[in-house]
Amino acid sequence: MSSTTRPLIEANDVHGGYGGMNILNGVNMTLEADEVGVIVGPNGAGKSTMLKAIFGLLHVNQGEILLNGQPIHNLPPNQLVQRGMGFIPQEKNVFPSLSVQENLEMGAFLKPHNVKRMLAQVYEFFPPLYEKRRQPAGELSGGQRQMVAMGRALMAEPSLLLLDEPTAGLSPLYMNEIFDRVKQINAAGVGILMVEQNAKQALAIADKGFVLAAGQNRFTDTGAALLADPDVAKSFLGG
Amino acid sequence: MNELVFFINNVVISGSVSGSIYAIGAVGVTLIFSIMRFAHFAHADVMTFGAFMVLLLTTAFPAAGASIGVPTALLMLPLAMLLTAGLAVGIDKLFYKPLRAHGVKPIVLVIASLGVTLILQGLIRLFSGTGGQSLYVDDRKEIFRLALPFEGVRAPIVVTEPQIYLFVITIVAVVALHLFLNRSRLGKAMRAMSDNPELAQASGINTNTIVAVTWMIAGALAAIAGTLLSLDVTFKPDLSFFLLLPIFAAAIVGGVGHPYGAIAGGFVVGFAETLAVFNWNILLRPFQDSFPSWLELPSNLAFVGTEYKIVVPFFILVAILVWRPTGLFKGKVIS
Repeated sequence: MSSTTRPLIEANDVHGGYGGMNILNGVNMTLEADEVGVIVGPNGAGKSTMLKAIFGLLHVNQGEILLNGQPIHNLPPNQLVQRGMGFIPQEKNVFPSLSVQENLEMGAFLKPHNVKRMLAQVYEFFPPLYEKRRQPAGELSGGQRQMVAMGRALMAEPSLLLLDEPTAGLSPLYMNEIFDRVKQINAAGVGILMVEQNAKQALAIADKGFVLAAGQNRFTDTGAALLADPDVAKSFLGG
Repeated sequence: MNELVFFINNVVISGSVSGSIYAIGAVGVTLIFSIMRFAHFAHADVMTFGAFMVLLLTTAFPAAGASIGVPTALLMLPLAMLLTAGLAVGIDKLFYKPLRAHGVKPIVLVIASLGVTLILQGLIRLFSGTGGQSLYVDDRKEIFRLALPFEGVRAPIVVTEPQIYLFVITIVAVVALHLFLNRSRLGKAMRAMSDNPELAQASGINTNTIVAVTWMIAGALAAIAGTLLSLDVTFKPDLSFFLLLPIFAAAIVGGVGHPYGAIAGGFVVGFAETLAVFNWNILLRPFQDSFPSWLELPSNLAFVGTEYKIVVPFFILVAILVWRPTGLFKGKVIS
């Protein structure tokens, strides 16, 4: 089977958790290279856990995760970065004592020859970061930190970007800005898989939506179809 | 003026000497803490090991330095740094790495490092014997006396050859470390890992490489500090006993995990030690006439006797932990 025909990311019946306790009890996901996928669901449904499982931060006990048709579950994160995956954690997503520019440089740690070109691209994409490039990232506001975090992940030129609640704790203004940026990054050819609490806004930009509950898929459809589904609306989108 | 010269010789020079040695040692302790999050108590013995390597090499080739005009011990220092860096990486592979792989608490690593202390002390004693030995095996220790061009000043400022090498090497080491941490890709990755290890891993930074580099730098610096101390005085297998408390005090005073803080802390502790044992009577004696007659200056006005010098860092440590637990620079709190 040629890998070019395989989806960007494919998760089949993934079980996993911390220290013997499973949080994921059989999650399935498929995302094509040019798509935005959004994972929503109630607290404790295993949304962030699934993202961590894909990024090798969590042990997968059963099932498989394929990137472009290649099995990747339980590979260490630095190898996944090498294979084109980028991950933006929800909290602690910058290096606080490093300057903005040093934060970005760390994103291209595995591709040092790309640093100059990618820095120019990231600064063009996030102009406020250029002005603050010498400031320690720990001094920035939440929204600007999120930009640093996204910029850092983009420095490695990923083909798949995983975002864990990128708008958590941000004002509505910044929230829209972040969603716009996610759409732009996707339009540039990067597959996106993100976990979101702001489910309605996130599903509105999603090609695929995955509603998880108790570590399993409850609904899986296009973002628009999930938004239109009265069952989903009633149980997960607050009516 | 003679009193001032005495002050310079006994406080300024001698404080800078111990300050430099403590600073270089404390940087290693602080780097190890910021990457692996444990207090490496065997660090002072790694310093002794470095000096011991220089002693072995110097004894093996006593005349090697004469050809280019430097003490043989100094010529052997780069090689000893390499060997000590190798030892540090080896210790980590053998003792600490398996423990980390089990995800143990930091205190387990601390106890393991106490075990490593005993191993290293035993090994060094096994080969060196228990007595002191000069690192100047075949060379002569030059002493420079700088007479001041003032009338009535009889005492010269005294600096020895190893002390001058010590100041130069300390400056070079600090500048090199600064450039490494702020300019090089690996140095920045080291700071990144100290800030946020999970994110460093998520950025594709190979944390095993950073751990190894940290041990190499800490080991090489330890060899420098141990050798410079042994050059200034003599090599003794129990040097670490006099180094352990000051270097940890320095690292904590400066703010744990903060390399520049460790350097500042090293000098704070070094000067505090020399100021505490300095006999202030000597500086005050010229002003005896202007004191009221009932105030008789005692002949010894030192805060503590020289034999209690070792407790000074301990007091500084307690004072810092009480009034400023994160150190001069804002460091991490050891848990």
